[in-house]
Amino acid sequence: MCSESATGIALRRCKKHAIVLAAASLAGCAGVQSALDPAGPDAHALARLTWVLFAGAGVILAIVVLAAGYAMFRHPERRLRLSSGALIVGGGIVFPAVVLSALLVYGMWLTGELRAAAPEGALRVHVTGHMWWWEVRYRGPQGEWIATANELRIPVGRPVTVSLASPDVIHSFWVPSLAGKMDVIPGRLTEITLRAERPGVYRGQCAEFCGAQHALMAFLVLAVPEEDFQAWLVRQRAEVDPPSGEQARLGRKAFLAQGCGNCHTVRGLVQGRVSAPDLTHVGSRAWLGAGALRNTPENMVAWLAHGEAVKPGRAMPSFPDLEPATLSAIAQFLAGLE
Amino acid sequence: MERDERLEALWRTPPGLASLSGVNHTTVGLRMVVTGFVFFLVGGVLSMLIRSQLSFAGNRLLDPEEYNAAFTLHGTAMMFFFAVPIMLGFATFLVPKMIGARDLVFPRLSAFGYWCYLFGGLLLFSSLLFGEPPTGGWFMYTPLTSEPYSPDRGPDFWLLGITFAEISALASSVELVVSILKTRAPGMSLERMPIFVWSILVTALMILLAFPPLILGGTLLEVERAFGLPFYDPARGGDALLWQHLFWLFGHPEVYIIFLPAAGIVSTIVPTFARRPLAGYTLVVLALLATGFLSFGLWVHHMYATAIPLASLGFFSAASMAVAIPSGIQVFSWIATLWNGRPVSSTPMLFVLGFLFIFVLGGLTGVMVALVPFDWQVHDTHFVVAHLHYVLFGGMVFPLFAGLYYWLPLVTGRRVSELTGRLVFWTIFLGFNLTFLPMHWTGLLGMPRRVYTYAEGLGWELLNLTSTIGGFLTAAGVSGFLVDIALQRRFSPKGPRNPWGAGTLEWSIPSPVPSYNFAVQPRVEGREPLWQEERGPGYLAGPATQREMLVTSAVRAEPEQVVILPGNTWLPLVAAGIVGAFFVAVLAKAYVLALLTACAATAAFFAWAWRSVSRGEPAVDAGQGLRLPLHFTQPRSPGWWGMAMALVADAALYASLLFAHLFLWTLAPSWPPEGHPVPELLAPGIALAALAASSVAFHLRHHAAAIVLALAAAVVESGALLVSGLTPSAHAYGAVVAMLWTFAALHIAIAVLMAAYVVLRRHAGHAERHAEPVVALFWHYVVGQWAAGFVVIHLLPQLLPT
Repeated sequence: MCSESATGIALRRCKKHAIVLAAASLAGCAGVQSALDPAGPDAHALARLTWVLFAGAGVILAIVVLAAGYAMFRHPERRLRLSSGALIVGGGIVFPAVVLSALLVYGMWLTGELRAAAPEGALRVHVTGHMWWWEVRYRGPQGEWIATANELRIPVGRPVTVSLASPDVIHSFWVPSLAGKMDVIPGRLTEITLRAERPGVYRGQCAEFCGAQHALMAFLVLAVPEEDFQAWLVRQRAEVDPPSGEQARLGRKAFLAQGCGNCHTVRGLVQGRVSAPDLTHVGSRAWLGAGALRNTPENMVAWLAHGEAVKPGRAMPSFPDLEPATLSAIAQFLAGLE
Repeated sequence: MERDERLEALWRTPPGLASLSGVNHTTVGLRMVVTGFVFFLVGGVLSMLIRSQLSFAGNRLLDPEEYNAAFTLHGTAMMFFFAVPIMLGFATFLVPKMIGARDLVFPRLSAFGYWCYLFGGLLLFSSLLFGEPPTGGWFMYTPLTSEPYSPDRGPDFWLLGITFAEISALASSVELVVSILKTRAPGMSLERMPIFVWSILVTALMILLAFPPLILGGTLLEVERAFGLPFYDPARGGDALLWQHLFWLFGHPEVYIIFLPAAGIVSTIVPTFARRPLAGYTLVVLALLATGFLSFGLWVHHMYATAIPLASLGFFSAASMAVAIPSGIQVFSWIATLWNGRPVSSTPMLFVLGFLFIFVLGGLTGVMVALVPFDWQVHDTHFVVAHLHYVLFGGMVFPLFAGLYYWLPLVTGRRVSELTGRLVFWTIFLGFNLTFLPMHWTGLLGMPRRVYTYAEGLGWELLNLTSTIGGFLTAAGVSGFLVDIALQRRFSPKGPRNPWGAGTLEWSIPSPVPSYNFAVQPRVEGREPLWQEERGPGYLAGPATQREMLVTSAVRAEPEQVVILPGNTWLPLVAAGIVGAFFVAVLAKAYVLALLTACAATAAFFAWAWRSVSRGEPAVDAGQGLRLPLHFTQPRSPGWWGMAMALVADAALYASLLFAHLFLWTLAPSWPPEGHPVPELLAPGIALAALAASSVAFHLRHHAAAIVLALAAAVVESGALLVSGLTPSAHAYGAVVAMLWTFAALHIAIAVLMAAYVVLRRHAGHAERHAEPVVALFWHYVVGQWAAGFVVIHLLPQLLPT
């Protein structure tokens, strides 16, 4: 159950996206954020390299420890005769030079392979690292932006080039199950290619220290079959549905009255003016605050009222003085934005 | 005996409060070691806070900012206020004793360095009292630490405290290089020098080259924060990665600056307990030099994930792996020494064996992270935390403990108890491995570094709890060490001289050591003088009236001069206090006060120079039929060497600034950027010519003319830049040009003051010959430095198409 508790996906998605559920369960307890549980060709190559390095290092460590132990504790009279020069030149120069040269050639070959530009037909996703959340944008067919936050949905089997930008400080984009990491640097554009070979939910996290809430800057990558991805993209393009039910209608009113729309965009309802997560489909996301809380109506109320206690330093102010009924109406409204 | 008492009275540090005026290397060295250990304990307490916080997922012991402050101060304390200074403290204490000298050659400089170190540390940690500790990590990456994202004073405390401490390391390094090159006992040619001294020589040279890039980077960041000059701000032509280049240009050599002295300790201890000289001495010396050289070509391996071009990645990956070879040479030299010796076990040796295991493991994971693709996974994860602790704790702290137990009898004159030492070793060894071995796994399972909290269900909980338990076990071991040392100091029985049967000179000194080390300076005939039958005759055995010490030639160590060392004085403490006041003034943004303290500091250093010993008989009887001149009658005095070494550091500082300029240039679409004037050539050309002429005038000893020409050059160049409409705060271009010229102008001002000193001394009737060549060296250097600045600022933009 560990992947479930870490991603929060399996529980919530089971009714709607059976495939994702199955995949998440399969990813199972081995870890959704683990370099040792690869889910794509790049990550496989890195994991293989890791095991080779560990095996080699284990053998070398054993040899050195045995040699040192032998030299220290074997009776001097019974010791194998060995010239110091041969030992130093052989063990300290020749052996490492050979091993390291081989390793370097292999390492640089692999570097070139992993760095190679994504082939034709790769999907491009634009990710912006903010203090402390991830803005994710796709290009629609008319060139329009389709924005979401802290979740990337990608098609299985197709390479995905992620363009990385930062408007504030340096972050680092890392999904261990799919690839290594790439820094997100203000004033520069970087990119990284993700390849997922099986459907699943993978967790990523900012890896470059970026201030008070560096720890709460996580995101999920949902790898789904191509047709599911396309269907999802179509749904994402859609503007917000009118709220269903009295509660949600009240919530929408309060949402606008409280000025949430000054920052947050809800396409078809209001256009935010500063960088804040697009909430058009916030109801479909698994987490709030880039890994701070599970996305449940109760947590949404807590997040609105006392979010600064959950994630001190976040840009959004807390609304502790709002009536509980208002808070819960807003939460209801947001939960309906699927 | 009567002579010994006279020597002691001459060299000793006075008791009580007046001991603060002491300059003797034994006093200063012990102070550095003790202070360094205190910072080790402070850093250790911080690490226990970190480990406590990470014991459980979602633990709320510390809030995010407290946690960030804890790991920032932990790293900073360990790297800047523990590892480097304590090793320099070892060197300060041991080097003269190992090379048969009575003291370091600039005693006041060592004392000054110590006070800078202490005050720098106090300045940094005083941030806690103001509730504004730095939280940007020990690496202080911009733009997180730039003014918009860190408007508090945390980064300022860090930058100023660190710079203060770095001045101390530079002072120590100048001191150690010149002492090692110029004051070895007669006969101790370079190929007979103890390996520890070699390691310190290489380390000190590395500090001279590696610390300036960080001082420069820190100065630029402080200037950006305080005055808005944009060096790192991409919106105004700066670049965020410039900081990383400057930081790691310092930061990677730093790792070896910490490790090499430790390796030197191991290379000293192993032969003693193997009862055999070090195997492959020459190879080990070459390995030390190679490490020093290669360590300047690795810095980018901290930046593999910053989209560096493939060819650069290849180069830096290759260099990062190549540096494993010198370490391999040393490891196998130690094994070969044991293999062909008759090793005996002891507490110091146990720590060396523990070191060997941990360091080799750390080296192997080091090769792994040198591999670019592997590093893309583990970079900035707990894997790297594990790796760096294996290398630094294993590579430096274990040898440190070995060295503390090994040289303890020299300080206390007592035996070392074996049983308690072994207990301490096993506690620390097990605790350390329990903390950091699982952490490799934690990192591979995806846990990044520097996170104050983590989610449940990622498989990290048990590993983290294990690491925390291991951390507290390590802390218990370190506490045990403190108890052990305290008990041994008090209750251990008196021991013999040279209790381990070592071969190096420091063990020929009675313990506890007298403050003059050697009543008669020895002659050395081999690498292990104490393992040789015959002892050479001694020097300077005459009546002791001043702090006399031999100066010998750099390579063969043949006697050349006798230097009269200054005695105890309050000047170093006063000077360091004034420099401290300067830093505090800058921190408080009280710039008028800063200017005043800068003037006061200049006055203090002027007084310092004025009180240098320069009167007396021109030559003395040094023994063995040698009559040697005193240092102040010589054009190549130790002071000249000291200036040469200081200029190495200064040139590295200036080169870092030129690097910053050229780096920003390569990133800019046009240079100077659009809307900024292309600098003209005529007036700056005239200024440069005047400056060059001043060099000629100085050489011809027309000091007044030289001063006038230099000042004229400064006025003309300043005028030319002002007229050209340079706007330092608008764009990084203007900012670096302003910095380059400010740097040069400051140097010209200092050169003028130094020339004035020479003129005044002559008027005061000092018949010394050693001061003028020192000033001449500085003067010509300053002219050369500005010539380079002129080429980059005025000439290159004309020659290269924008």
